[in-house]
Amino acid sequence: MRHLLSTTDLSQTDALSILDTARELAQVADRPVKKLPTLRGRTVVNLFFEDSTRTRISFEAAAKRLSADVINFSAKGSSLSKGESLKDTALTLQAMGADAVVIRHNASGAAHRLANSDWIHGAVINAGDGTHEHPTQALLDAYTMRDHLREGQGTLAGLNVVIVGDVLHSRVARSNVWLLDTLGANVTLVAPPTLLPVGVDTWPCQVSYDLDEAIVKADVVMMLRVQMERMNAAFFPSAREYSRRYGLDVPRMASLPDHALVMHPGPMNRGMEIAADVADSGRSVILDQVTNGVHVRMAVLYLLLGGQES
Amino acid sequence: MTVLHNVRPLGGQSADVRIEDGVIAEIGSGLGDDDSVDGRGAVLLPGLVDLHTHLREPGREDAETVESGTRAAAIGGFTAVHAMANTDPVADTAGVVEQVWRLGIEAGYADVRPVGAVTVGLEGRRLAELGAMADSAAQVRVFSDDGHCVSDAQLMRRALEYVKAFDGVVAQHAQEPRLTEGSQMHEGRLSGQLGLAGWPAVAEEAVIARDVLLAEHVGSRLHVCHVSTAGSVEILRWAKSRGIRVTAEVTPHHLLLTHDLAATYDPIYKVNPPLRGDADVAAVREALAEGIIDIVATDHAPHAMEDKECEWAAAAFGMLGLQTALSVVNETMVRPGLLDWEAVAQRMSAVPAQIGRVADHGRPIAVGEPANLTLFDPDAEWEVSAADMVSRSRNTPYAGMLLHGHVLGTWLRGRPTVLDGALVEYETV
Repeated sequence: MRHLLSTTDLSQTDALSILDTARELAQVADRPVKKLPTLRGRTVVNLFFEDSTRTRISFEAAAKRLSADVINFSAKGSSLSKGESLKDTALTLQAMGADAVVIRHNASGAAHRLANSDWIHGAVINAGDGTHEHPTQALLDAYTMRDHLREGQGTLAGLNVVIVGDVLHSRVARSNVWLLDTLGANVTLVAPPTLLPVGVDTWPCQVSYDLDEAIVKADVVMMLRVQMERMNAAFFPSAREYSRRYGLDVPRMASLPDHALVMHPGPMNRGMEIAADVADSGRSVILDQVTNGVHVRMAVLYLLLGGQES
Repeated sequence: MTVLHNVRPLGGQSADVRIEDGVIAEIGSGLGDDDSVDGRGAVLLPGLVDLHTHLREPGREDAETVESGTRAAAIGGFTAVHAMANTDPVADTAGVVEQVWRLGIEAGYADVRPVGAVTVGLEGRRLAELGAMADSAAQVRVFSDDGHCVSDAQLMRRALEYVKAFDGVVAQHAQEPRLTEGSQMHEGRLSGQLGLAGWPAVAEEAVIARDVLLAEHVGSRLHVCHVSTAGSVEILRWAKSRGIRVTAEVTPHHLLLTHDLAATYDPIYKVNPPLRGDADVAAVREALAEGIIDIVATDHAPHAMEDKECEWAAAAFGMLGLQTALSVVNETMVRPGLLDWEAVAQRMSAVPAQIGRVADHGRPIAVGEPANLTLFDPDAEWEVSAADMVSRSRNTPYAGMLLHGHVLGTWLRGRPTVLDGALVEYETV
């Protein structure tokens, strides 16, 4: 593995190796000094063309716990806002000697483009590209599911995962569908038909328009963020109607099996796709997802950079 | 005086062809002359005519000029090209079309027939001065907002009616704008997976369906640019069976390439309309063979490097086409047995010249006809390389591919623009 661009590139062995490594590295977090010397002298650049404080600080924490030097390069306050191209930015980072570039970009395929150009030689980690993928999010989701429902071991074979919401525009949904399939889980996507992409019938998952029907056997319900501007583009008639049909409220939560988890990649629209009482309930593992994000990102950086000599 | 020895007109029997004073003077055997070309049994075609070329001048001379674009045309075997109107300034006045026309004459590598914009500034709000462009020295007969669809039904109806006065034709870029907002690639199996906004086939088909009905209603000529879907073919088949005066073109890239290439995220494959699926490619090939699609047109769209060396969504739509068109048609239509050379001559020369009302091109290979000719070796194999593109731009989607067939010579009114597969350089024209 040279880059992490898409969960479709991960074999089951690759994915398990990341999750197992993350589990080992998680123990560092319990130590008084939360730091390993592994990536000392290596430079990790967080290249963020799109605002995402939570993903950026998660990668930053991960890199710093491995003793890497971290450079944050964001669109605001850099030449990017003056319209510098992806190519020139990449060439600049290459000239500065970046060992890994963590890229968040609003264009689908931007990470892929960076990795397959000769603009940059370091490892490229996709931290979310447009409406394409967000592989480390899917890995931290799988880690969280495994941690709670499989004692942190093995695959997710037989696990029923229901992903609800704006699948059409969700990079989280895409990365999760491919990864969860690789790990043996059964995925069901639930959304209004307007928020499902053409061709979803060829994906390795089930599709349903009925949340009540889908959640009865769910081991995990993952709610996706729904952006308010979708309403203006006629994807659904109103926020209230969306919430009634596709939101996870308290009565719906009650119909979940007792052991089932509620997840959300954040940031949440409380009262829209998820009721506040659900988000704050004992079933919610939303904050565990955040914690596990650091472990998983440490594992990815470790596996992509740790093996090489600087 | 030139004699082309051992050439096969339209792929038929070997013959010698003597050119004198810009016309074909004699066709026979054993014709002698000092100034002769050894045709080595290659296929002789009438000079190709492109109904859909972007020459980018005025405005984007960094990407292409009339001169560089017509040189690319010549090396591809074309003797006439129709220059699309989406320049800067837009070719929506007599002044701009005359400028482009004159630049073509000065360059001397191919006849340039400017296409006039249908609406002022391609904005789709009011008709450009179509009559003034028709009456100008450029004698515009093809009008198109290509790059934009004339989506307003009333405006389209008026344009179709108005151009009847000077035997013009409206060439429609069929793309329903609301269905394709922000679209990046063919909407299908792959677009959802790649997270690229889809350009659905229905956005093309709905406009073609409306336009053929409008053309029938007002009794006008309609031309449909770059047909890309199987559904469009069915609508055209229906329209032709009703006797509606519609013609249609397909591009070489829609005959060969599919949307699978978008998985590379390399914008060299980003084009409008987008590359479609296998079934669409099969349908447009079949339609071209049957004559439901009348012609091949390149949609040659040069772009500066920086407009392609970027992320997919930021990149410009379009790909080079002139230099590779005949090879791609050979590869996709002739070698599989879907077209013979006579049919190629129809679809790449005679019919496009008729649609564009270009009098001296697309003529038969016969004594007394203008010597606009292309000599093509259909068996020569070559590897396409971006560096070898004659265009000022490099955005060919075929780089690295092996294609069969190479243009050996091109003659514009008897004067060679290409000999031995290389451009003939003229100091002054």
